[in-house]
Amino acid sequence: MMQLTKSAPLALAIALLATTSAMAQQRTLNYYADYDPIPLAAMEALIADFEAENPDIDVVLQNFDHEGYKTAIRNFLTTDAPDVANWYAGNRMAPFVNSGQFMDVSDVWADNGLADSLGSALASMTIDGKQWGVPYTYYQWGIYYNKDVYAQVGAEVPTTYDEFVANCALFKAAGIDCLTTGTSALWPGAGIFDYMNLRTNGYDFHMALTNGEVEWTSQGVRDTFAQWARLVEPGYITANHAAIDWQDAAALMVQGKAANYVMGNFAVGVLKEGGMTDDTLGFMPFPTINPDVPRAEEAPTDTMHIPSGATNVEDAKTFLAFVARADVQTKLNAAIGQLPMNAGSSVGDDPFIQAGFELLSTTPGGIAQFFDRDAPAEMAKIGMEGFQEFMVIPGNLDDILARLEQARQRIYQ
Amino acid sequence: MAMTSTELRSRSWWRSNQQWLTPWLFLTPGLIMFALYVVWPIFESFRISFYNWDGLGEKRWLGWGNYVELFGDRAFKTSLRNNVIWLLLYMLAVPIGLGLAIFLNQTVRGIRIYKSLFFFPFVISQVVVGLMFSWFYAPNFGLLYNLIEWVTGKGIAILADPTLATYGIIAAGLWPQIAYCMILYLTGLNNVATDQIEAARLDGAKGLKMLWFVILPQLRPATFIAVVVTVIGALRSFDLVSIMTNGGPFGSSRVLSYYMYEQALSEYGYRMGYGAAIAVVLFLIMMVFISGFIWKMMRDERGDR
Repeated sequence: MMQLTKSAPLALAIALLATTSAMAQQRTLNYYADYDPIPLAAMEALIADFEAENPDIDVVLQNFDHEGYKTAIRNFLTTDAPDVANWYAGNRMAPFVNSGQFMDVSDVWADNGLADSLGSALASMTIDGKQWGVPYTYYQWGIYYNKDVYAQVGAEVPTTYDEFVANCALFKAAGIDCLTTGTSALWPGAGIFDYMNLRTNGYDFHMALTNGEVEWTSQGVRDTFAQWARLVEPGYITANHAAIDWQDAAALMVQGKAANYVMGNFAVGVLKEGGMTDDTLGFMPFPTINPDVPRAEEAPTDTMHIPSGATNVEDAKTFLAFVARADVQTKLNAAIGQLPMNAGSSVGDDPFIQAGFELLSTTPGGIAQFFDRDAPAEMAKIGMEGFQEFMVIPGNLDDILARLEQARQRIYQ
Repeated sequence: MAMTSTELRSRSWWRSNQQWLTPWLFLTPGLIMFALYVVWPIFESFRISFYNWDGLGEKRWLGWGNYVELFGDRAFKTSLRNNVIWLLLYMLAVPIGLGLAIFLNQTVRGIRIYKSLFFFPFVISQVVVGLMFSWFYAPNFGLLYNLIEWVTGKGIAILADPTLATYGIIAAGLWPQIAYCMILYLTGLNNVATDQIEAARLDGAKGLKMLWFVILPQLRPATFIAVVVTVIGALRSFDLVSIMTNGGPFGSSRVLSYYMYEQALSEYGYRMGYGAAIAVVLFLIMMVFISGFIWKMMRDERGDR
């Protein structure tokens, strides 16, 4: 025992010496990210593969808390920038692009033919005709439902919104929330709004609205809220959703107290941890409201960027090119249970990933990011508060829309 | 010889000036810190509040634009109103703390344990207090929610209700604040002169009269500190709001400090200038109270000595 304690520090010192001497021949690539445990493990595997192919590069991953990262990024981009950083596509990256904090990586796209292989993400990665990052994963949104509860009340899985609303009456009679959500963090409510809007007015209207080109008091927006009101006014949506998180709402569905949940595919992990299986958990596309509108879906894209303050730009570009590769994205996304962005990748066996791939690859209308990624930050925040208020006090609609319109005129000027 | 004369001169310079120099020497480190971390940021906030700035890119001069916008901003009015509600209701901590202190100021077996149990909420972090109360209020499994459901048949999720959320958070904040006021009064009660109580008792004073005319005047220093810490605690009520509601539902439980954070630093906040303008308003409100307290303290010192 005595000897062990004596020799342990010595061994440590030798190990340290060995690693530093090894690192001396390597170039360090600093990578800041915000992974939850499952994707973190997958990303560490990806980094190991990258280092095996590029023995002269040592990737140092600094993982942040998911929520904390969103505010920390502003500090480290301006003070102590890494070589690669995680962020999101669409308007969400606009503040960093416009202030010159992200580097133009159009050459990575051109040199690796990414415009073809990542073609579906090209538009959401482009600002001012240049590309500012590389997408590595995306996931579908839709309705996850509890099959047991559907069987219990004798409801059929709906394809139209009218059927969906009719089912809600059955669930209500059985004391089950037809649609559940937890809007404490606001964004889950935006998912419902986006789908109501995409199904009522279509993709082009969604983009025009989030780009500030459509008035919030217009008839189109009112039509969207009128459809939404068919769920809000009879009390088909979980009461008190404003006080619970999205995970709490997932618990309601696991317990059979709620039937449907408008969510992203990342919820499957939580629902299955709660005890649901492929036999009890179902997935369906959000039902049709206006049959004349081509079906559009939501699929937020997660991306990697090179900050302008990066010191090791060459290796960072090598890393982005690696992450964009078809085989790399296949392996990564199979491990995290999401969809690869690269058209040449193959999709994992999980039925929900398969369903998502089927859904998105056949979308005729267009693929939106998400309300808070398509709209500028300030509009997103004030909009999502409005959605939450509407679901609590639907009578305030006129007031909410007038407020959002006022904000639109100020924010997009 | 020249050496010794300069040495002599320098020593006498120190000797003749050390009386006024020494306090400043001792104060210097503190003053530097205060200037760097308190005074300079205050002026910097004033400066930034005249700009439109996202915290990253170019600043654009706005003049009074941010302040003009504040006047028409409903979220700002809600925050301001909530701050007033906080101030008023937080004051309850002072009389309740006094009541508890008087109740606990007795010699019973194990009184120390009771005292420390009552003091306990002040020791836990505000974050923990916020979490405990949000579980207490939580729909479906919260203790209070289930209690209300059991009594009235319909549960009330306090933090989901725009009219109740602020009161729910204040109740959580009062719990540790009452404990704080109580401990201030308990130490104050230790110093109450027993001879005056005896004398008052001989004159037939008891109950509320005794409390009002004999005990309370002697507790004035404790009352002063209790009011000061409660006012400041009410104005900087950030952590509980952040933990329990994030300012929600739809912004109804915001206070100025949280709104400032939301606008300038949070996930969707890229408006440093606007956030700084809110900070300036909050600073001016605090200044009213702080100057009042300082004025009173200086008057007392002059009066006593």
